[in-house]
Amino acid sequence: MIAIIDYDTGNTRNVKKAMDFLAIPNTLSADPDVISSADGLILPGVGAFGKAVEALKVRGLIPVIQQAAKQGMPILGICLGMQLLFDRSFEFGETAGLGLIPGEVVAIPENLGVKVPHMGWDQNQVTRVDPIANGFDQQSTYFVHSYYVKTRAQYILAESDYGVKIPSIVRHQNVIGMQFHPEKSGRIGLNGLAAFKELVLNGNYSRN
Amino acid sequence: MLAKRIIPCLDVDHGRVKKGVNFVHLTDVGDPVAIAAAYEKQGADELVFLDITATNEKRPAIVDTIEKVASQVFMPLTVGGGIHSVADMQRLLKAGADKVAVNSAAVRDPSLISEGAEKFGAQCIVLAIDSKWDAEKQRYTVFVNGGREATDLDVIEWAKQGVKAGAGELMVTSMDKDGTRSGFDIPLYQALTAAVNVPIIASGGCGKIGDFNDIFNQTAVDAALAASVFHFGEFTIPDVKAALKKDGVTVR
Repeated sequence: MIAIIDYDTGNTRNVKKAMDFLAIPNTLSADPDVISSADGLILPGVGAFGKAVEALKVRGLIPVIQQAAKQGMPILGICLGMQLLFDRSFEFGETAGLGLIPGEVVAIPENLGVKVPHMGWDQNQVTRVDPIANGFDQQSTYFVHSYYVKTRAQYILAESDYGVKIPSIVRHQNVIGMQFHPEKSGRIGLNGLAAFKELVLNGNYSRN
Repeated sequence: MLAKRIIPCLDVDHGRVKKGVNFVHLTDVGDPVAIAAAYEKQGADELVFLDITATNEKRPAIVDTIEKVASQVFMPLTVGGGIHSVADMQRLLKAGADKVAVNSAAVRDPSLISEGAEKFGAQCIVLAIDSKWDAEKQRYTVFVNGGREATDLDVIEWAKQGVKAGAGELMVTSMDKDGTRSGFDIPLYQALTAAVNVPIIASGGCGKIGDFNDIFNQTAVDAALAASVFHFGEFTIPDVKAALKKDGVTVR
């Protein structure tokens, strides 16, 4: 069972709809017991970083997610959910994130002649071969964000060029992030969710 | 670089897709889920659903339709028509819409834009404007209630005001061009793109493939919307994208 963390953020139900469409067993939950006994986790997210961290804190979920990650549970963060996986963000002041992948979240520079937010279909360049990024090279996915992740190349599987190189798929061991919305990116996006399911099914993670 | 978007518009009445010519005569063209899935397959970049009768007859918005479409089709969905309150927006976003478009209600009460943007983010809030050229005043006038009623507002000024209030995108329909099949209203979109810095969707007047080349080559709009040419299969979205690609326009 894959648990989609339900903490009152915008795209949660659309992520669930996509998982249901793919017939991947999933449940929407904010219950620490359900989350820590899942086979995999999806952390959705839309909106501001600080507010999302607060919403996770109120539900007591930060240590639960951190513990699950430490035990090797596959975790997929989507959009803001990906940004939350990193050490800290500078959106409306500095806020600590989950610290599961080294790096930080900064604003897309406004002086590059591009519109901010980065909203629409943009192309991915795969930079590291990985089953999660399989099929994404030169394919467009749907982005909506004003901040982006700065991290080391070793964690970046794919990026999108928007004046700055925006990491679009990241991975550190069992922890994965997608800056775009796989649940809104047509067939290619659904393939990304299916690749995560494969990792959950075939990975060596066991909660026992 | 972001791709220019090609957006089919589905006018929905009682859960069925219709297309009115100049907003009045309706022709039934089918089931929204089936049509949305077909457009996803064709490579549409986004879908716009307009509840065309909602504003005029104050019908509740098409939450069920969106819920069904969003369960089968995984691309950005924008919904407009009959949105009068933040609660209306919330229902549609919760049902699976990614953006909501406000039109007449925002003219009556512009705080609807700012309240929506504050609650859901500016990227969720689309300001839809129906525009008609006023030859006497030499300006574009904003119309409301499905294009039935003129206002005192100048389109360019209203666009600026809407963006200031928090609209993350503008969807502007040229009533002068809508239904004429004579091409998009190039001067209108040149004026709009010069005035604001949010994405603009051009709508109204498309009759042939080259109309898409013209709007993207001659203006800085981000997206172009059409209905009947796609609904009746006169040409397809891949046809449009192939023609745009030839002109060096970035498409998905």
